[in-house]
Amino acid sequence: MDIKDIIKPENIVYQKTKLFTEKPLSYCPGCGHGTAHRMLLEVLEEMNIQDKTVGIAPVGCSVLAYEFLDIDMQQAAHGRAPAVATAVKRLMPDKFVFTYQGDGDLAAIGTAETIHACNRGENFTMIFINNGIYGMTGGQMAPTTLPGMRASTCPFGRDTEIMGNPLKITELLAQLPGVYYVTRQAVHTPNAVRKTKKALRIAFENQKLKKGISFVEIVSNCNSGWKMTPNQSNKWMEDNMFPFYPLGDIKVPQLEKV
Amino acid sequence: MAKVKGAIVVDIEKCKGCSVCIPACPQEVILLAKEVNGKGYQYAYMEKPDACTGCVNCAIVCPDGVITVYRTKVEA
Repeated sequence: MDIKDIIKPENIVYQKTKLFTEKPLSYCPGCGHGTAHRMLLEVLEEMNIQDKTVGIAPVGCSVLAYEFLDIDMQQAAHGRAPAVATAVKRLMPDKFVFTYQGDGDLAAIGTAETIHACNRGENFTMIFINNGIYGMTGGQMAPTTLPGMRASTCPFGRDTEIMGNPLKITELLAQLPGVYYVTRQAVHTPNAVRKTKKALRIAFENQKLKKGISFVEIVSNCNSGWKMTPNQSNKWMEDNMFPFYPLGDIKVPQLEKV
Repeated sequence: MAKVKGAIVVDIEKCKGCSVCIPACPQEVILLAKEVNGKGYQYAYMEKPDACTGCVNCAIVCPDGVITVYRTKVEA
């Protein structure tokens, strides 16, 4: 059978969702942001809520997310996405609201906003991309940088005696009563991507039920910041990031009742 | 038994040549081309088109979503 006979519109089994704008993504080759964006949009498309969703873009690499996602977006000051999302959700309770933040945004400058929005139990979805580094500004050390991991402001590796310990903000937030669902996923292999999509679907379904914060952490690579090729950085992430940030559900409502 | 045949189409100008799709393919169909696109990236292409089963794995991990997957059944 010739390839031309296979490549026909009726044989399409997968294509990029129409909710992306035509602009090429500004992320580095191999960056997990693109995959995370695509899974988010696929979930919105499946639930058919793209017309009533408001996204809050952070400061960081994904600051231009509103250029790529063809849905209503607002861009918040550094770290303040949960505060903006609170306002949007309270003024328009029928809209689906999500924040999309990196680790420098959510776990460093925005710690107060994050913790208090979670503690109040606001009813929106938080998506947290954790790559252990400040990607956009040049690969500086972030709160989530692993011990011994190199960054441009700790070129000999993070020394926990001087620079403190990495912050597991996801486990921290899971203890708050306002948080309904907490999970940690990744987007480096096909299986991980499918699981991430499922987690995002649950997170938005919880929002429909008005249950409180649904928090999805996505451990991602930063091959430019880590100074590796995309596939090397995915391997490094499996070997080093996953032992410290284990994948899986951290707080699931059904298990809690038992 | 009906056999499944697949094919991928890569949006060459949007591909950044990150090669994340290469280990994701169970049939080892994809490689990077020797030529470059307008941005100077080597783009992904089907090296062994006959082996493709249209499993969608490459398209699902592609960070830029440049891969479209086609699949059809062939009566043997």
